[in-house]
Amino acid sequence: MDGFILQILNGLDKGSAYALIALGLTLIFGTLGVVNFAHGALFMIGAFCAVTLNRLLTLSYVTEDPSRTDFLGNPAKVETPYVVDWFGESVGLAMIDWVVPLAILFSIPIMVAVGLIMERGLIKHFYKRPHADQILVTFGLAIVLQEIIKYYYGANPIPTPAPEAFVGTFDFGAMLGFEPFTILYPYWRLVYFVFAVILIGAVFAFLQFTTFGMVVRAGMADRETVGLLGINIDRRFTLMFALAAVVAGLAGVMYTPIISPNYHMGMDFLVLSFVVVVVGGMGSLPGAVAAGFLLGILESFASMPVAISIIPGINQIIIYLVAIVILLTRPRGLMGRKGVMEE
Amino acid sequence: MSKLDLSRRGVLKTGAVAGAGLALPTIFTSGASAFTNEPGDSSVTLGFNVPQSGPYADEGADELRAYFLAVEHLNGEGDGGMLNTFSSKALDGAGILGRKVEYVTGDTQTKSDAARASARSMIEKDGAIMITGGSSSGVAVAVQALCQEAGVIFMAGLTHSNDTTGKDKKANGFRHFFNSYMSGAALAPILGSNYGTDRKAYHLTADYNWGYTTEEAVRTSTEAIGWETVGTVKTPLTQTDFSSYIAPVLNSDADVLVLNHYGGNMVNSLTNAVQFGLRDRVVNGKNFEIVVPLYSRLMAKGAGANVKGIYGSTNWHWSLSDEGSQAFVRSFGTKYGFPPSQAAHTCYVQTLLYADAVTRAGSFNPCAVSEALEGFEFDGMGNGPTLYRAEDHQCFKDVLVVRGKENPENEFDLLEIVEVTPVAQVTYDASIFGGELGSCNPGA
Repeated sequence: MDGFILQILNGLDKGSAYALIALGLTLIFGTLGVVNFAHGALFMIGAFCAVTLNRLLTLSYVTEDPSRTDFLGNPAKVETPYVVDWFGESVGLAMIDWVVPLAILFSIPIMVAVGLIMERGLIKHFYKRPHADQILVTFGLAIVLQEIIKYYYGANPIPTPAPEAFVGTFDFGAMLGFEPFTILYPYWRLVYFVFAVILIGAVFAFLQFTTFGMVVRAGMADRETVGLLGINIDRRFTLMFALAAVVAGLAGVMYTPIISPNYHMGMDFLVLSFVVVVVGGMGSLPGAVAAGFLLGILESFASMPVAISIIPGINQIIIYLVAIVILLTRPRGLMGRKGVMEE
Repeated sequence: MSKLDLSRRGVLKTGAVAGAGLALPTIFTSGASAFTNEPGDSSVTLGFNVPQSGPYADEGADELRAYFLAVEHLNGEGDGGMLNTFSSKALDGAGILGRKVEYVTGDTQTKSDAARASARSMIEKDGAIMITGGSSSGVAVAVQALCQEAGVIFMAGLTHSNDTTGKDKKANGFRHFFNSYMSGAALAPILGSNYGTDRKAYHLTADYNWGYTTEEAVRTSTEAIGWETVGTVKTPLTQTDFSSYIAPVLNSDADVLVLNHYGGNMVNSLTNAVQFGLRDRVVNGKNFEIVVPLYSRLMAKGAGANVKGIYGSTNWHWSLSDEGSQAFVRSFGTKYGFPPSQAAHTCYVQTLLYADAVTRAGSFNPCAVSEALEGFEFDGMGNGPTLYRAEDHQCFKDVLVVRGKENPENEFDLLEIVEVTPVAQVTYDASIFGGELGSCNPGA
């Protein structure tokens, strides 16, 4: 039973990442009708916003310490971050420690800019082209972006730890009456799950309760009529692209303590997120979120030794297997709308 | 009925035809090479085939740096590095057999097909006489087989699977790097003395060739000292979040987790394991421990503070104090500003060993080079006295057991050497991994 609960918890945080990426993908598809294969790259860029802020905060001046030597036997170089000099040791070190939460603020304008440049500079030219063209150009863009990141940051993962206050595990076992230390769950993963729920809720609230959101929803349902009412729906859809980029970027920022960022992390999530979108139903925001959590949890269960011993390799195929079953039984996905990608 | 023509003209004609006939084979062979890509008199080209893109691109970049340094030293530039400490004094800094060393590079992308394509291109288009490099056993095995077919020598870079010089060994292939068996043999006694002999181990293993041989080697060696293996799970090579694989460890009876992972897999699985508090647990009355059989400084950097106190093995480390290691670290560090990785070390050494073998053989013929390398004993290259075993073309030398350093003094100071395991402890019978070396192929 304790193993069962732990795998549900694992599935929730993994599902959170899938849901956030799939939410952005669906937003873009629902508004602009574009199948954006560069969306995983936005997740990766978000993660590297945290890495970049970390590098900025740890920018240091160098002094020599003659009492120690470096690997060549020369006097050792001691690096002191400028923020420690400027703000004092306690504040400076706290800023470095809290780099990931601070990167949320740092990444928002960057992701808005990246989203707008990507949409205005490239993707808008492919609105009237076939989906295959859109997939090719956005996939190419994703490769270009990841190669740029690799050029500047290298190929190896870069550790970006959570704040010291969130290092450690929460003992769910003790809380739920099981044996202590049997259901340990890292604090940061709980933070990630809560953050994802808040972010998803905020996006839904924005679409549901604001005039802007109402217009966007109307545009998703009937773009032409909204345009005839004199509303510049294209401009709003462009802003939705930027919003989707921000959601993906924030998902990436907060994921950095879970997986050390590397240039390929966007691709790792992209394919699975597309499966999530398809399973949830193309164009369905609740479907994307529900499928994200569902597939995350199923993937966790499929990784249990007992599952692998019964069906070897199930851990590698479970998501695709579920996708096949759902598409055979519900061709539009869990919550897909009629008419989407059916013309 | 034939008629014998004994006239002067007839004898001359017959003699000319007979002479031409006898000379024919010589005419053909004298213009052709005796082996693939026989170099001219002025230069010789080596092929450096490393991952310049893909997940091991940083290791590939470090390997390239080492190759460039080796070429400098072979051509008499720089401070000479390990040429000054190498026990063989055949190399004199005047290239190889008087020919200036030149090179071409290829990108393996850490994919076997891409690695073979780039190696083929270097051999066929650029005339490379020797191919070296790689940061993956799958790639090494694939390129080694290609070099065997093409008739050039393959000097493997970082490849740790038993198979490279085991079931997939080739007469034209040579490996200086250690292997999974040696890691297990070196680690087990240290693990036993530090963690006790009554332990229950759980293995997470990368689902490919290297993972299998490493799991097998560590299992065999730890079970030999009394450990019990309570679980083994294969993880996909593309896995990034290992939380769902680590959760069952919490519910098993295991008190040790062995991560048979390398590269990004190792960074992420170790980070996840530490996040889940495995190292803070007490199971069966013992502190829970994590073991990483193959360490790399570049990967340790990616895992950050999570490596502290964790045991593993490595082929070489820049902090070694022997003359050869220090000479190499000095050359490399002065040129590039940071110490070399174990991948850089093995690639540098392999280049020098090849050049030395050619010089001692007096020929670039792969079969002559092979003969010069087989059974060659040397020292001064950073690993103590070393033997290139003739039976499987595997180097036998001391193996380092290392541990993540608790209080690093700088960004490179991530691992500390716990023990230098003597070569006798990691030596094994060449036949145990099967495979046939076959015979040397000079090509052409």
